[in-house]
Amino acid sequence: MSLLELKNVSKIYGELHALDQANLTVEKGEWIAIMGPSGSGKSTMMNIISCMDRPTSGQVIFDGKDITKESRRKLTEFHRDKIGLVFQQFHLINYLTAVENVMVAQYYHSMPDEKEALEALERVGLKERARHLPSQLSGGEQQRVCIARALINSPELILADEPTGNLDEANENIVLDIFRQLHKEGTSLVVVTHDPEVGEVAQRIVRLDHGKIVSDRKNEHFTE
Amino acid sequence: MKFAWNIALKNIRRRPFRAFGMAVLIMTLTFTLLAGAVVITSLQNGLTGYRSRLGADIVVTPSSAEGHGTVEAVLLQGIAGNYYMSSAQLEKLKSIEGIEIQSRQFFLTSAKASCCSARVQIIGFEPQTDISVMPWISENRITDVKDGEILIGADVTMPADGKIRFYGKNYQVAAQLSRTGTGLDQAVYTNMQTIQQMAKSAAMLTERETLRSVNIARSASAVMIRVKKGYSPEEVADDINIHVQKVRATPSGSMVQSVSDGLEQTAGFVSLLTGGIWLLSAVILAAVFAIMTAERKKEFAVLSVMGASRRMICRLMTAEAAFICLIGSLTGLAAAFVFAMPLTDALRSSLQLPFLLPDGAVIAVLCAGAVVLPVATGVLAALTAVMRITVQEPGQLIREDA
Repeated sequence: MSLLELKNVSKIYGELHALDQANLTVEKGEWIAIMGPSGSGKSTMMNIISCMDRPTSGQVIFDGKDITKESRRKLTEFHRDKIGLVFQQFHLINYLTAVENVMVAQYYHSMPDEKEALEALERVGLKERARHLPSQLSGGEQQRVCIARALINSPELILADEPTGNLDEANENIVLDIFRQLHKEGTSLVVVTHDPEVGEVAQRIVRLDHGKIVSDRKNEHFTE
Repeated sequence: MKFAWNIALKNIRRRPFRAFGMAVLIMTLTFTLLAGAVVITSLQNGLTGYRSRLGADIVVTPSSAEGHGTVEAVLLQGIAGNYYMSSAQLEKLKSIEGIEIQSRQFFLTSAKASCCSARVQIIGFEPQTDISVMPWISENRITDVKDGEILIGADVTMPADGKIRFYGKNYQVAAQLSRTGTGLDQAVYTNMQTIQQMAKSAAMLTERETLRSVNIARSASAVMIRVKKGYSPEEVADDINIHVQKVRATPSGSMVQSVSDGLEQTAGFVSLLTGGIWLLSAVILAAVFAIMTAERKKEFAVLSVMGASRRMICRLMTAEAAFICLIGSLTGLAAAFVFAMPLTDALRSSLQLPFLLPDGAVIAVLCAGAVVLPVATGVLAALTAVMRITVQEPGQLIREDA
């Protein structure tokens, strides 16, 4: 059974078909890059997969269960238990320190555990910066806090929207190394990007254009 | 839960000036609500006390009493009244039909001189027939007033040796009466024999022409009348005004009514002011919380995708609101006790209406209400704002905040 399946999913805003009859399957442990130019529907697809938005039509099936029509409460529970999100803009809570940002995710999942949160920060190389506020961290560091927050509850799927979009090359490499490590450990990854270098490290590359999937291929250059 | 409170407190600390401003608003609201509620309750208590202390259906005073030191002024404001009806007027009064009980009262003001301990209004009454002072005295478990004894109102300072000097003679204080919220609290009471002795001494010791010209043993300042069943106080009062010369008979109902009208006017104004401030505060709080939640759309969306249910986000926001409002409200409560309560005496004299503070239990209830209402208003304003925001999908909130 696939981890995730999109069946004829469309998202329409007025006259605009942001996503048009998209079909996609993500297997457990797979690393997929969703690529395409600006306005191709990448972020819309990401929002629908993460249940941050509902499709206008079609089905989203996660672990064999259609979650399209689930209540808001069920979707929140689904988020909490199954998905870890990494944003291009990081979206850290600016009045909480790095470790508290990670602990917030624990709090809403089960219960906050500072030791575990510090371990997650250590994993992304940020243990020393745990007591700093987001405003005291660089973009790369904030993105790593965002990744630690996404990882803390051991989700089945990590969804990353342009995770290196605001980072320099050095930080981009750090983030990609973390993704490689996660993939090795069996975590499924869906990374939305317009950056070919980020796309080319994924196992499979899906291309979108004008809301339609125009190609879906295995990456022959993929290496563990 | 501790972690959630920690998040709420951190957010409050992030915007200290806004939190301070909101707390000040709530403080003002609590202060106003409590002060308004205490004033209205005190006025109502005062009216009840005034009505029950009046006792009589009709009050008769000499027409010379009009304009200065009327019975209303003596009762409400403790203003001194020194006027007397002649024995002829009192005899004529006895012949009026429809009177069941009539009881004389004699007013005397002590002098501001070495012969007297203090300047107060002294009221002499007939304990056997009295219908206005005795019921009140009975509440204090006193059944009789002996010759040479006096009773003092709640606002008269109790002397250490239990004796007060009037016109060169010491009188034993038998008891201090419970508070009525009227001018009666500032007066001293005794029986007719004792006040007549005082009046004779006053006539000798002072230059008071009014006292020297009356037959003290056979005159009175006021007569309290209860009418027989089947007679209306208004008709009997009219009869008195027609047949007894140079007196004014006033049905007590009209006296109570005039006080009640004044009270309603004051209470109405206070209610309007309090209600207005509450409404204004509610609007400001709603606007502030709407701005606060709009600024935090992205944060709520992120919390939502991390697993915070709508209820959890609402709880976070209401915890912040409750904390700020509770701090503001408790400060307002403390401010009311420190600054407003000591001013009640000044307020009582400026209102010129019966004013009796409620007892401790009622004040505790009013305090609870003055804290709960502003906190509930703030929490409701916050809840309304956050519920309106979180009804949207997280993706939409993030897009709007971008």
